[in-house]
Amino acid sequence: MSAPGLRGGIERFGNTVGRVLNRGGSAAAPRLDLSHDIILYLEGITVSFDGFRALNNLSLYVEAGELRCIIGPNGAGKTTMMDVITGKTRPDLGSAWFGQTVDLLTLTEPEIAEVGIGRKFQKPTVFSEHSVFENLELAMAGNKSVWRMLFAKMTPEQHLRIDEVLETIGLKDHRAARAGSLSHGQKQWLEIGMLLMQDPALLLVDEPVAGMTPQETERTAELLVSLAGKHSVVVVEHDMNFVRSIARTVTVLHQGSVLAEGSMEQVQNDPKVIEVYLGDGGH
Amino acid sequence: MENAMEAPRKLAKHAPPTPYQLLMRNDLPSGLFLTVLAIVTVLVPILHLVVPEGNVLHLSSYSVTLIGKYMCYALLAVAVDLIWGYCGILSLGHTAFFALGGYAMGMYLMRQIGTRGVYADPVLPDFMVFLNWKELPWFWQGMDQFWFAMIMVVFIPGLLAYVFGWLAFRSRVTGVYLSIITQALTYALLLAFFRNEMGFGGNNGLTDFKDLLGMDLKQPGVRIALFVATGVCLGFGYFACRYVVRSRFGRVVQAIRDAESRARFIGYRVENYKLWLFTFSAMLAGLAGALYVPQVGIINPGEFAPINSIEVVIWVAVGGRGTLYGAVVGAVLVNYAKTVLTDALPDVWLYALGALFVVVTLFLPKGIVGVLPDLKAKIDTLRLQRARRAR
Amino acid sequence: MKPIRPKLCLRHQLAILCAALGLAAFGASTAKADEAAAAPVEPAVAATTVAPAATNDLAALLAPLANANFAEKEAVAQKVAVSGHPNARPTLAAFLDGKLYARSSDGVVVVAEAVEGGEESLALTDPVTQKSLGTEPAEGLSKIGTNNSLRKSLKNLLAQIALTDPDPAVRLSAVKESMRALDETTVASFRATLAAENDTKVKRAIEVGLALADLESPEADTRLAAVRALDGELAPEVHNRLTTLVTPAEDGTLAEPDERVRLAANAALDNINFWRSVYGAAETMFFGLSLGSVLVLAAIGLAITFGVMGVINMAHGELIMLGAYTAYVMQLLIPDNHGLALLLSVPAAFLVSGAFGVAIERGIVRFLYGRPLETLLATFGLSLILQQLVRSVFSPNNRPVSIPEFMSGVWQVNDALALTYNRLYILVFSLMVFAALVAVLKRTPLGLQVRAVSLNRPMARAMGVRSAFVDAATFGLGAGIAGIAGVALSQLTNVGPNLGQAYIIDSFMVVVFGGVGNLWGTLIGGMSLGVINKLLEPYAGAVLAKILVLVALILFIQRKPRGLFPQKGRAAEGH
Repeated sequence: MSAPGLRGGIERFGNTVGRVLNRGGSAAAPRLDLSHDIILYLEGITVSFDGFRALNNLSLYVEAGELRCIIGPNGAGKTTMMDVITGKTRPDLGSAWFGQTVDLLTLTEPEIAEVGIGRKFQKPTVFSEHSVFENLELAMAGNKSVWRMLFAKMTPEQHLRIDEVLETIGLKDHRAARAGSLSHGQKQWLEIGMLLMQDPALLLVDEPVAGMTPQETERTAELLVSLAGKHSVVVVEHDMNFVRSIARTVTVLHQGSVLAEGSMEQVQNDPKVIEVYLGDGGH
Repeated sequence: MENAMEAPRKLAKHAPPTPYQLLMRNDLPSGLFLTVLAIVTVLVPILHLVVPEGNVLHLSSYSVTLIGKYMCYALLAVAVDLIWGYCGILSLGHTAFFALGGYAMGMYLMRQIGTRGVYADPVLPDFMVFLNWKELPWFWQGMDQFWFAMIMVVFIPGLLAYVFGWLAFRSRVTGVYLSIITQALTYALLLAFFRNEMGFGGNNGLTDFKDLLGMDLKQPGVRIALFVATGVCLGFGYFACRYVVRSRFGRVVQAIRDAESRARFIGYRVENYKLWLFTFSAMLAGLAGALYVPQVGIINPGEFAPINSIEVVIWVAVGGRGTLYGAVVGAVLVNYAKTVLTDALPDVWLYALGALFVVVTLFLPKGIVGVLPDLKAKIDTLRLQRARRAR
Repeated sequence: MKPIRPKLCLRHQLAILCAALGLAAFGASTAKADEAAAAPVEPAVAATTVAPAATNDLAALLAPLANANFAEKEAVAQKVAVSGHPNARPTLAAFLDGKLYARSSDGVVVVAEAVEGGEESLALTDPVTQKSLGTEPAEGLSKIGTNNSLRKSLKNLLAQIALTDPDPAVRLSAVKESMRALDETTVASFRATLAAENDTKVKRAIEVGLALADLESPEADTRLAAVRALDGELAPEVHNRLTTLVTPAEDGTLAEPDERVRLAANAALDNINFWRSVYGAAETMFFGLSLGSVLVLAAIGLAITFGVMGVINMAHGELIMLGAYTAYVMQLLIPDNHGLALLLSVPAAFLVSGAFGVAIERGIVRFLYGRPLETLLATFGLSLILQQLVRSVFSPNNRPVSIPEFMSGVWQVNDALALTYNRLYILVFSLMVFAALVAVLKRTPLGLQVRAVSLNRPMARAMGVRSAFVDAATFGLGAGIAGIAGVALSQLTNVGPNLGQAYIIDSFMVVVFGGVGNLWGTLIGGMSLGVINKLLEPYAGAVLAKILVLVALILFIQRKPRGLFPQKGRAAEGH
């Protein structure tokens, strides 16, 4: 691999082989088309587990560049909805489109990630045996085929990008630390950082501030607000103060379908919402 | 990557380094192993060929074969460690690939016998004449060519692993389920190879080899050549594995081990990563088997027995998984113990092996190479305390 | 035949159901058997083929044998046969077997048999009283020789005696025996006994025999009637005879010249073939279910430890082996009564294997919860230790476990279908063990706690369930059932240190195939795997069938990783 010509050759060969072996690879999913300014269409989604309807005829639209908050009592179907969008769970009925052209229900999880949907889990999941730096490196956007990875070398641009994200998520001093040794809040941040590295068009963020200090929460709010516009962001959160601080549009889920949608004030004054939250024992 | 590591090293100190980081920063064990391997590969031939018999330093042909066998086992263990230690795939059927590689080599050696067999048939091996077969089965065609046989040595195990892995990983069979179906796979092969109709010599397997590339296998020179080839293959196999685990591919694979669904949501096609790692590992196992067969002089269906595969796993566990060199240490130590014990106290061996499984999983999850750094740290603190007291 | 066997069968089902009741029944049936043996055998029918003999003195009848030629010997045998003496049959049987000797010292005819260990001397029995006469050196005895024709007539005579036996079962088997080689004398004796025969089965068998004989008749109408009489008869002789009747010889000639007879024979043959294939399928099914029941027995303990607790116990096979060895030890402890030993070894094996199971759980497994691969390795190591332990304590060789009387034998349903009792009992037994286990899990407090812990450990703990106790008890239960499986296996296969190894992979495959955490899945999975295996065997052979099933299972698990009956819902999704 000493001669650059040889390296280029190997890489080119690797790419060709990789494309063949990856069964189409990145060519499988069509490009994101935002010509109608809607990035996500969920229509009539129904998911049942053993007779229990986790999602019941759910319809939801997310605009491009929007920051949307989703709230709802436990068991309202928030996480299941994310599972459907990211391909983890297949619905019994309904359709899910990403932009005008991408049918999410036909894609696998990595393909969905590739077309530009990133997800942060409720429970922070990072690669605990890798360093913070490596976690971000792994999340980096780009061709993720087997052969590419086998011969991958980090470019200076990529290095800068990681440094940038490290700065953003405040883990610059922990870049070589084992991710598993981070505190809960730091793991949340690292996971958000991984989302940033992925550079997705749509970010699904499940309870980003759970276990964070008030200061950390505030910084998270700032970050998410700053992301909106360039990206579309869907946040699921229980912390009402947090939601109030960032939300423009709020969707309330209840028993697997949309109960109400609108600004925070509208939603809070909606009698149906009040009944669900207070009638069911409140929150 | 390297400069990223250099920067804030002092801050990382409070976090315990992972085996992976140890390997990255300071790969002393791998260097040590490769040096020892090089020395052994050079020294053993000298002690066997040059030092006259009767001299204390003379190595008998038995010892040469024994060390050669250990090196084959070490290569097999490295292959198992690659998928188990780094990707969390516990294969309980890896000796199936080892045996398939061995059979491919055995087929070549059988065809080399030619007319020197008991029935002196120029084409058919003895057992086929015995079974009254008239023609060479199609899968024996071309096995008289060394180059072709050598391709088959890695191709057949690789193909089986590819097909099996393609089915298994695509449908996300993981963990214990995968372990059990790999065991079922090797068990099915065991039963199949016992059948005479399979065309691999049935119960007796393939044996009575005469030549390799026209050279008499019994000659010391050939024995040594095989030994050196084994050493070189082990070295290159180890080096290739080390390259794989140190590449970004290797980091992805370890990420899959630790959080598979996370890797998937980031955009990695997990099944492809597992599939290629598994296939590569199977090919290495096949190579180990091919080197093993001419040295021990026989390959039979017993090599497929599920217990053999589990034994390989315990070598890796004893040595310390996820390090590669740990697998080598484990393979050599356990097999040395086996050689000594089965000779001195044959009844005790199975007790010892069984106890090894229990003790290692309960008390030594990181294996021997994991214990040494811990021990060193303890000794260091003790010394420090003593020094303080002395002051 | 039928009136006796089903009774035994029922009685012995009870024997397994309940030890005490079973013992009583066992005693009673043995007593009955003794009674039957002791009862004087009287000629049941007056119309025997030959006139009753003038004398009943068997000894006098036998006396000339010492110096007789073959013709005279045959005459003596005739006389003995018609003497009606209760011991005529054993005497002739001994004659046929070449065990009849003349004692040189006094010329008395005796039955002599080689005794174990004593090569020089023979054990003597008085043919008249069937009592022992001690031993005698071989030189003092001269054998009463036989030749082919004598042996043939002895066989005939024995069959004739049997035809008049009071026990219908004996008569039936005698008829079937003689049917294999029909000749004029047998036909004559058939005709003679037919009228007096009052047992319908025996009667039918005799009619079949006569119809077979009638097929040789020169009259086409007689042959036609015979063919019609044979319709629906399943005996292999009938099938063969009818087949030769309708199959043209190589030169195109037909064995049967009359077309009506041929047509009737073809129709009868079709009917027979249909029923034979039905019963053949039933037999395959039975063998399949029998194999399946063994798989279920072996797997069901694993279904608990693996399915309910999520623990991989590779030593499961060795717990089965320990159960089988318990059966062996029980036989050593109670050497006189194998039935009792077997019945007692069921609870004993449950306790032995269960105790080992609890020890394994407390000593190893509990430190490894949540690390299934490590559990797998540790328990595998344990399995090696247990195997070696058994090799050291007993021996590396297989140990014999004999099959008690009530377990041996065959239930001959009809000519085309025979079911062995041991397999039948084990099938029933495995279903009972399954039912008992389901009942324990569904209906007892322990079962409730087990299910609670398996669904949500922290919550169960919070509700006051002692999860450590429940884990140990569950593991012990699974292990104990493995022990019981071992007792059942001891009746089917060799008991040796490798017994368990042979079943561990199969057991895991059954559990995974059926769906982890689902006992019914294990039952259905095991039974269907058994049947599939036996269905494949005739085409592929036993080994290839097993390989095919294994490969099919591997493919199946890859299509449906959660098995036939997967657990559904969020709980199964995991995180």
